[in-house]
Amino acid sequence: MSAPAAAPARGDRALGEALFPYVLRLADTSLVLGQRLGEWIGHAPALEEDLGLANLALDLIGQARLLLTYAGEIEGRGRDEDALAYLRDAPEFRNLALAEQPNGDFAHTIVRQWLIDGWQLEVYEGLTGSADMRLAAIAAKALKETRYHYRFSSGWLLRLGDGTAESQARAQQALDSLWRFTEELFAPDEIDERMAEAGIAPRLGAAAGRWERRIGQELRTATLTLPERRPHPWYGKCGVHTEHLGHLLGEMQHLQRTYPGVSW
Amino acid sequence: MSAPEPAAAEAAREVWRLLARVPDPEIPALSIVDLGIVRYVREGADRRLHVGITPTYTGCPATAAIRTATRAALDESGHRDALLEEVLSPPWTSDWLTPEGRAKLEAFGIAPPVAAAAALRGAGGPARCPRCGSLSTERISEFGSTPCKAHYVCSACREPFDQFKCI
Repeated sequence: MSAPAAAPARGDRALGEALFPYVLRLADTSLVLGQRLGEWIGHAPALEEDLGLANLALDLIGQARLLLTYAGEIEGRGRDEDALAYLRDAPEFRNLALAEQPNGDFAHTIVRQWLIDGWQLEVYEGLTGSADMRLAAIAAKALKETRYHYRFSSGWLLRLGDGTAESQARAQQALDSLWRFTEELFAPDEIDERMAEAGIAPRLGAAAGRWERRIGQELRTATLTLPERRPHPWYGKCGVHTEHLGHLLGEMQHLQRTYPGVSW
Repeated sequence: MSAPEPAAAEAAREVWRLLARVPDPEIPALSIVDLGIVRYVREGADRRLHVGITPTYTGCPATAAIRTATRAALDESGHRDALLEEVLSPPWTSDWLTPEGRAKLEAFGIAPPVAAAAALRGAGGPARCPRCGSLSTERISEFGSTPCKAHYVCSACREPFDQFKCI
């Protein structure tokens, strides 16, 4: 099928060079988180949650496919979604480091999901008004899905936090261990700034305030405490990852790396 | 552009009829026209027929099968030069299910979706049990066996059932 919408940015070479890694950030975050969620299939605490996590993974991988295809077109070197997903090494991935963190227990998975869902809500909502028509279309589509992902993760956050002493302790523990990875979510770097100036991406500064208010309110209801913000060295969106991404890619890419070009 | 010629309009009507016989691979009771995913059939400036299809969910595994089946239906009916286009915007909504599609869903045992805008505000009203018609139903999970379905149970007849999700 042909995709008719073209990016207005493509004529501008310098902008295109920033657009490629920007789109990869969105694509890789969805792809890596989708791959992580897939590890739950057959292991979730209840059948409904097993199906729920698998459905989230499916949506995220669908979003990643649309975004990776577009990234490949922007790059213009003939790489398609599969080449970008299966044949890049860890330092070339631009996902949020939070997305690659191991599943841990169910509370870790839920807290990670809730944090990223909240980020995606802000980013996709902002992108629906993007000057880049293709990104705006993908974001409008993804936003519908992210809304029910957020209902799922925030619903569980509340049940775990305001639940038993055990579930509360585990949810707090998950928040304490994952919070350090959230700095990069709304801290703009040069690429984020250039995308915002070109009207392609929303300003992260404004989104940060909304996000913090929302999660602050939900954490209070869930009787959980927001940890202190400390600077941290992992900026996945700039290619600086934790060791976990390499292991995840080892499994995800194994088949294409061992049998290049294999299909079924 | 001038008004379409009668021949082109007739060809488009024929293709609509054709696509109304292409089943959804996950819910074969529905055609892709019932689902509301065929966005247009029209003659382009290049004089070729353009068929626009929009995906329901970004990750729906049926999308590729639908594309293949649609292409085959076009090829087999002499529309080899028709162009199949993917339309992302505006995004598909369950409100685009046709009234016939809704009736077919219910007869198939799946509760049809309620208005998406109301459902998003939390005011969509309950799903009606497709077996006994009771509105006394409970949602078990927002997720089901396919991306487009949520899992319910009827409080009256105790039968579990799927509802077509409202997005």
